[in-house]
Amino acid sequence: MSIDLSQFFEVFFEESFEGLDAMEAELLNLEPGAEDSETINTIFRAAHSIKGGSGTFGFTSVSDFTHVLETLLDQIRDGQRQLTAEHVNLLLKSVDCLRALLGALQAEQAPDLSEANELRLKFEVILGMSDGVAEEPVESLQESSGESTYQIDFKPLPHLFKTGNEPLYMISELAELGELETTAFYDGIPSIENLSPDECFLSWRFFLTTIKPESAIKEIFEWVEDDAHIEITMCGGLFGKVASNADVETANVNIESNSGLETPSPKPVKAEVPVNSLGKKAEPKKPSEQSSTSIRVGIDKVDSLINMVGELVITQAMLSQIGEQDITETTITSLQEGLAQLAHNTRDLQENVMRIRMLPISFVFSRFPRLVRDISQKLNKQVELKLLGEQTELDKTVMEKISDPMVHLVRNSLDHGLETPEQRVAAGKDPVGTVTLNAFHQGGNIVIEIMDDGQGLNTEKIKEKAIANGLVQESDELSADEINELIFMPGFSTADAVSDISGRGVGMDVVRRNIQALNGSVEVSSAPGVGSTFTIRLPLTLAILDGQLVKVAQHTYIIPLISIVESLQIDISKVSRVGKDLDVLRLRDEYIPILRLYDIFSHQGAIEELDKTLLVVVESDNHKVGLLVDDLLAQQQVVIKSLEANYQKVDGVSGATILGDGRVSLIIDISGLIKLSGLKRPGSQELLVEAKAVEVA
Amino acid sequence: MNEQADLNQQLILGGQQDEDQYLTFMMAGEEYGMDILAVQEIRGWEDATVIPNAPAFVKGAINLRGTIVPIIDLRLRFGIESVAYSPLTVVIVVSVEIKDQLKVMGLVVDAVSDVYSISEEKAKDVPDFQDSDNAQYVHGLVNVGEKMVVLLNLARVLDLSANYMQHG
Repeated sequence: MSIDLSQFFEVFFEESFEGLDAMEAELLNLEPGAEDSETINTIFRAAHSIKGGSGTFGFTSVSDFTHVLETLLDQIRDGQRQLTAEHVNLLLKSVDCLRALLGALQAEQAPDLSEANELRLKFEVILGMSDGVAEEPVESLQESSGESTYQIDFKPLPHLFKTGNEPLYMISELAELGELETTAFYDGIPSIENLSPDECFLSWRFFLTTIKPESAIKEIFEWVEDDAHIEITMCGGLFGKVASNADVETANVNIESNSGLETPSPKPVKAEVPVNSLGKKAEPKKPSEQSSTSIRVGIDKVDSLINMVGELVITQAMLSQIGEQDITETTITSLQEGLAQLAHNTRDLQENVMRIRMLPISFVFSRFPRLVRDISQKLNKQVELKLLGEQTELDKTVMEKISDPMVHLVRNSLDHGLETPEQRVAAGKDPVGTVTLNAFHQGGNIVIEIMDDGQGLNTEKIKEKAIANGLVQESDELSADEINELIFMPGFSTADAVSDISGRGVGMDVVRRNIQALNGSVEVSSAPGVGSTFTIRLPLTLAILDGQLVKVAQHTYIIPLISIVESLQIDISKVSRVGKDLDVLRLRDEYIPILRLYDIFSHQGAIEELDKTLLVVVESDNHKVGLLVDDLLAQQQVVIKSLEANYQKVDGVSGATILGDGRVSLIIDISGLIKLSGLKRPGSQELLVEAKAVEVA
Repeated sequence: MNEQADLNQQLILGGQQDEDQYLTFMMAGEEYGMDILAVQEIRGWEDATVIPNAPAFVKGAINLRGTIVPIIDLRLRFGIESVAYSPLTVVIVVSVEIKDQLKVMGLVVDAVSDVYSISEEKAKDVPDFQDSDNAQYVHGLVNVGEKMVVLLNLARVLDLSANYMQHG
């Protein structure tokens, strides 16, 4: 009758992580002294279900730890104890710790229990202290004098197994409370022909010597209260135990042959200690390398999908009916109508299928209150976090990948952007700084803004640093915006750029690169003393891209619309040649290198005269380049397909798509193209500088 | 009809345990064979989208019911002079595991020929021609009646990363 519990593990982990998220969010809402009982209840419920689940699945390390946490919460809930800031901090740490434990279990690694044990100790200290003044003086007396022994009679009703309970887990839990002596009574077992394998005929008597209060024991049997007779009596000191031991001497028999239950001794629990070192060794292999494979979809989305498919089926039936008729004028008209209907259905269906992958951005935003709280405490800054547009939806894959760059940007804002309260007061500002996260949709993209009202970027320092790094020349005339852009350059790590405080080893160039890998862009605008704003623009989904179709020789390519700055006809008088074969166009106050697509892609038969072609100015990695194309064709949404899946990586091409006529068209990878063109080769930068010099002269 | 008799014999022998079936095709008068289990479908030649800077034997990519499939000209792959494609030119779509990845590719050949059952033992009869560039692509040589069939090692033939430097 054994059920393979492991099939439920994934659900349990998912629910537990959700529970932890809820706990964290509620904890951050808690104001010590002004706690609202509903909030505490929510936290308690989350903790309780994690405990219950982990107990059921035998993750004792989790259930034990959650147990102490729950005890504290219970007391706060009952008003026996006042919530303090220390409690909140401790509870938040426990949430982290539980997350790590569950993460390790999910990855099937030995969890690192050292932190859990440490925290548990702290909880026990808090709980222990309170028991000294709590309303059970007898118990507390016992406790202060150290250990006490309980006699526990546990007689499960026959249907115990059917309720999904396993006495062995309870016995192991008991064993962890202290010294446990177990006696099983098997006289209730009927003869073999009457024996029903899914009923429990055993009963037990335990002697438990522990420092824990009686409530800890009751807690273990909480789940089976209605399915068993449980009697817990305190036998006091050693004497009582010996006396009652003599009482049941006859029953003290070997039970191993019975139902496979072993007498749990405290030993296996102690064995957890050496596991610690194991767990630490395994740590570098991050257990939180989570790429969750399931997604929760609102029933409304599913319903609307079903409706769409219903309509599609009707349209299909209509079309096939037309197909069976003879072709006449009227059938052609209705065929056209039917096709229009089909196009409409397909578009709706596509949009709705895409919506399945869309989740509100609050999934990402929700981790920031905690982050801001922790960092601002560390930095001694007062920060208010505002979240706007939390319901804005974006693709799940995009969301998973945008989270880290956002953390980096927020951390930067807190560290480098916001001033200390003293500085803010001196500058005539509110001592509490504000960081605002805002998300909204704009023309097929999602825009995420990270704003702070801090000191803004220090252009002087950035320029100094850039000159020191050789990124720009002293003589260069740079606008404030251009200087701000420099922070995204490789080699411009924030670590020692503007201040020396943070810097987790990831530069802003990595942030930009990660965002560009998602076909997105990031910009900064900043005003000294007023604050800075980072704006991230992302496509709503990775599966579809807005593309500009262009013609090169007889081939059709697609340029991602997001990277196009403008398209223009070349004014030949503004083109100058630098080096051997690089043409540069002066466009307003910029110098744009011209990349001949046909040349880079080795295509014959393209128009080579500059004045007969079109130039598409694109931007990537802070480089603006012009791509020479024969013609601009339509703009359309294209579904991105992998070229690599069956072939291999092609330089300058990020993927492929299928056009309306069924042909394959390749999507241009701008940054790859720039690399391929050799513009980024050492020395090419000088060519551009030289070009500027030529123009100026 | 001698050939037919041979074939019948082959088919009867096909019932034996250690025999594999091979699809054969013609190229420049020679007959080549490939494991029939790798063959997904056979279709006519259609224009492919050129992949920039690809080796000459990569004719481009086509849309095979929503999947992007590269097309390889086997003549060029083997360094045989190419011929103009006609409506009769055949593309054999195969799926082959290359470096632990199942890849679907199309092979342009002159014409599809036959299906033979050939025992592994017979196929292993490879003469020593180490000095030939194309030797690595050959899994074995086998006589079917009067003809000789070159059995290909598709995983090697289609592993483009191995000699990616052969730009054309």
